[in-house]
Amino acid sequence: MAEPFFQVENLKKYFPIKGGFLGREIGVVKAVDDVSFSIQRGETLGLVGESGCGKSTTGRALLRLIEPTAGRICFEGKEITSLPQEEMRKMRRDMQMVFQDPFASLNPRHTVERILEEPFIVHGIGDRKERKKRVGELLDIVGLSAYHGKRYPHQFSGGQRQRIVIARALALNPKLIIADEPVSALDVSIQAQVLNLLQDLQKEFELTYLFIAHDLSVVKHISDRVGVMYLGRLVELAEKEPLYQQPKHPYTQALLSSVPFPDPDYKKERIILKGDVPSPANVPQGCAFHTRCSAVMDQCKIQRPKLKESDPGHFVACHLYDKI
Amino acid sequence: MTDKLLEVIGLRIHFLTDQGDIPAVDEIDLEIEKGEILGIVGESGCGKSVTSLSIMKLVPSPPGKIVEGAIMFKGENLISASERRMREIRGNEIAMIFQEPMTSLNPVYTIGNQMRETIKLHRGYDRKRANQHAIEMLRKVGIPRPEQIINEYPHQLSGGMRQRVMIAMAMSCDPELLIADEPTTALDVTIQAQILDLMRGLNRDHGTAIMIITHDLGVVAELCDRVIVMYAGKVVEQGNVGAILKKPQHPYTKGLIQSIPHWNNQRERLYSIPGNVPSPGEWGTGCRFAPRCEFLMKKCLKQPPELKEVGPAHHSRCWLSS
Repeated sequence: MAEPFFQVENLKKYFPIKGGFLGREIGVVKAVDDVSFSIQRGETLGLVGESGCGKSTTGRALLRLIEPTAGRICFEGKEITSLPQEEMRKMRRDMQMVFQDPFASLNPRHTVERILEEPFIVHGIGDRKERKKRVGELLDIVGLSAYHGKRYPHQFSGGQRQRIVIARALALNPKLIIADEPVSALDVSIQAQVLNLLQDLQKEFELTYLFIAHDLSVVKHISDRVGVMYLGRLVELAEKEPLYQQPKHPYTQALLSSVPFPDPDYKKERIILKGDVPSPANVPQGCAFHTRCSAVMDQCKIQRPKLKESDPGHFVACHLYDKI
Repeated sequence: MTDKLLEVIGLRIHFLTDQGDIPAVDEIDLEIEKGEILGIVGESGCGKSVTSLSIMKLVPSPPGKIVEGAIMFKGENLISASERRMREIRGNEIAMIFQEPMTSLNPVYTIGNQMRETIKLHRGYDRKRANQHAIEMLRKVGIPRPEQIINEYPHQLSGGMRQRVMIAMAMSCDPELLIADEPTTALDVTIQAQILDLMRGLNRDHGTAIMIITHDLGVVAELCDRVIVMYAGKVVEQGNVGAILKKPQHPYTKGLIQSIPHWNNQRERLYSIPGNVPSPGEWGTGCRFAPRCEFLMKKCLKQPPELKEVGPAHHSRCWLSS
């Protein structure tokens, strides 16, 4: 088989907790703990989970916006985890990120034109005239007009700002876009516009997406495959249809059953989980989910289950599916 | 008709700004019966939060100003009620919970301190009895170890727990109406399911009427009996939850429902309503949804449509339905 387009192996990101008189390390937050997956070219992988499960940290660690503690990340067969900063910066032409809050990611003192020109300046591409032409094209691609270039971010609505952020991410013709909650700050009707735009762009430019979100319906809509995270670990990974129709991991089952459907006649069995997500600084021994799991066994409290293929293409980390 | 708990009639609220008078809510009519759960749906800037705040008379004034209308609560017009009377009503008869529980709780007081204050004030209990009552309320909303939690500070609790504390506090004086402004928006889905379950239980066991403001039609389908859809400061459609979600009449409601990605009938592309929500003050004459509507007619731009009955207890503000 051909080498995967993007591969992550045993990614870990631990944050130290400093405390005490001398500011010594008194503990560690395992934000991402041994996560492995791969993405094929042109595919959209969705990453879902509740707050604090480490999905955003994963996204950032992949671009080395925060340095991973351990693990291997390969992009088009090239390992990027050990690249020097300068080369990593060049690599980021191919790998771009879109964040949740479009206002926080745009400089309020710059015009949109200036914002979109920035990537070209940083990477030393083209002269003034070419850059200007390209900025016009970018605005057009994301459904804005050239005259919008003269305006400042505050003059746009949330949806339009997110379009600008997407245009900037597209500026250098990247191959991979990591989108961290790109639509969760938007109203429903605007969210649909941005999701459609992302899908159109994917077709047009053969983009590969890692789509991080907490909204399960949105992730189902846009993804080909979906990974579910809980407390820094990937608990299930599968094609979206099997995952949504027949979730295997008890956490995925509870998560999916909690989503309210906009249909009053639709009655479903709801699994209401007890209690809260434990703190990632104090992850339970064994399976991280065993404290809230209804199918907990003795083994779950001792041994951490590995992510294993239980059906073709359907991976799950749960002792229930251990081969006997 | 005696079952009406709250009736809002022709409410208009303006905000005085540098750019002049900006209308935020324009002639809203709504009513809630005893024990009913009413949902108010709409996108940002449609006036849903301002409407709910005005019922508690919590719209900051200035800049906010109730220009016209009446808010009748059990036959009493709250608009002309004194501040003293309002203080009796707030908490005692109408309680409110907000989206972000951290900003509604005082970070320097313990949970118990804040809960006892409310209970002592409204119920006239002494400290000991108030404490017992607070613990009992916390237990009711499903907080584990309430005897200990009551001595903790808000930052020591998780988001879901804080929202439970807010609900316990709101319910501690047995109000007849609970106004919940996006109570689950800041919470994760599994915690949201817990909170919705709790609210449903309160409604069932205590007969508390609930007015829930949300943008999530899923939450509406789960919880509400009736729904009001707002757009640009106006009610555009109202009816029973089944009618609104299954047979929406107004193009805006239809668009809103279609733009949600649905699990079971997956479409390649989502329907999306073109354009943006107009800001208050840019509403124009005629129908406010007209610039984004796919069924636009000449009439729509000239004359604003009235709310017309389109089915049993189902109203829509659109020229198509008249």
